[in-house]
Amino acid sequence: MCVLAHVLEDAGIATVVLASMRPVAERMNVPRVLYCEFPLGRPLGMPDNARFQHGVLGAAFDLLNAPSGPVLEDYPEVVEAVETPLACALPPRYDPDIAPSIDEAQGLRAAYNRAVARRGATEVGRAVDADGVTGALADLERVAAGEHWKEVYGPRLDTIAIAHDIRAYYQEAALELAGGPPPGARQAEAWFYEETEAGKTLAAARDALTEQEAPSGITFYMQPVGR
Amino acid sequence: MSSDQVMRDMMANLPVPEFETTPWASPPPLSEATVAIVTSAGLHRADQDRFEGRGDTSYRMLDRGDRELILGHWSSNFDRAAYVSDHNVVYPIDRLEELAADGTIGAVAPRHVAFAGNQPDTVSEVRLDTGPAAAAELRADGVDVAILTPV
Repeated sequence: MCVLAHVLEDAGIATVVLASMRPVAERMNVPRVLYCEFPLGRPLGMPDNARFQHGVLGAAFDLLNAPSGPVLEDYPEVVEAVETPLACALPPRYDPDIAPSIDEAQGLRAAYNRAVARRGATEVGRAVDADGVTGALADLERVAAGEHWKEVYGPRLDTIAIAHDIRAYYQEAALELAGGPPPGARQAEAWFYEETEAGKTLAAARDALTEQEAPSGITFYMQPVGR
Repeated sequence: MSSDQVMRDMMANLPVPEFETTPWASPPPLSEATVAIVTSAGLHRADQDRFEGRGDTSYRMLDRGDRELILGHWSSNFDRAAYVSDHNVVYPIDRLEELAADGTIGAVAPRHVAFAGNQPDTVSEVRLDTGPAAAAELRADGVDVAILTPV
């Protein structure tokens, strides 16, 4: 973002960066920076809160009045992430003959479908679509159980995108099931990794891939840091 | 320590491109300015090409009326759920429309820009090639001011 600020200003467009990494912005001689200490992924701070978002934009536009730069100001309100899992019930075990993660994913399908119908879009689809989620979980179960990833996937390992799709499927279903206002940052993530069978399968598969010395650039991005 | 703090600590010491000077564009008064959003969230329409993994230096032009774009930034290290609840938390296009309607800003740009973060540390191609190309498209649309939103 800070590089683009330089490029845009050189082209004659005045910029304000809503920066999320203050030390990075400090080192890059960026014309106008509003440092916003909000959870990563929320540069405007709060979803479904137009008043808050307008506050941030107003503060950003105010920096355009500065006669010269660089200008770096801190937005006065800090928003913290919430690390407690989202309160969202999981479907009961239905088919004892299939892996718990696959059973669970099937049980969430109706909620996922409602979420997609409501929003008119889905984040699932980078590697697999919703119909492919159970198959993706079955593959991860094999890796977690000790099969080598090349046996499961062939030469190309695409588990960052697969992990993204499974997590997106679960989070979209969970937001629909939980209802109410949007949860705090990281609450849907905590629910997925700490409470769901799929989250446990993904973590186990990632550990297995690490043991198999799969490319670290892939295993690193399969899960958020610290998980 | 929170995941966000871990990420902030990791990024704090990464090498960054060096810029010895600060460019400075002087916009018209905000009430007369055309405003665009430039995001590094990798947003794209379903009918546009996806962003590839690390080091995809391309960009997508987003039309003013586009909504429910796909969040194409590939990192797992930020909250992705907020965007699903409300795209404005990353891409405040509805807020800009409100500001144009009440006269705070002059106009909402007809097109906006999405890059994907996760660039190589040098960012040379964005700096020298795709960044200037995107800037030229915005200038052609008469954009005076850009709000930059990372994830």
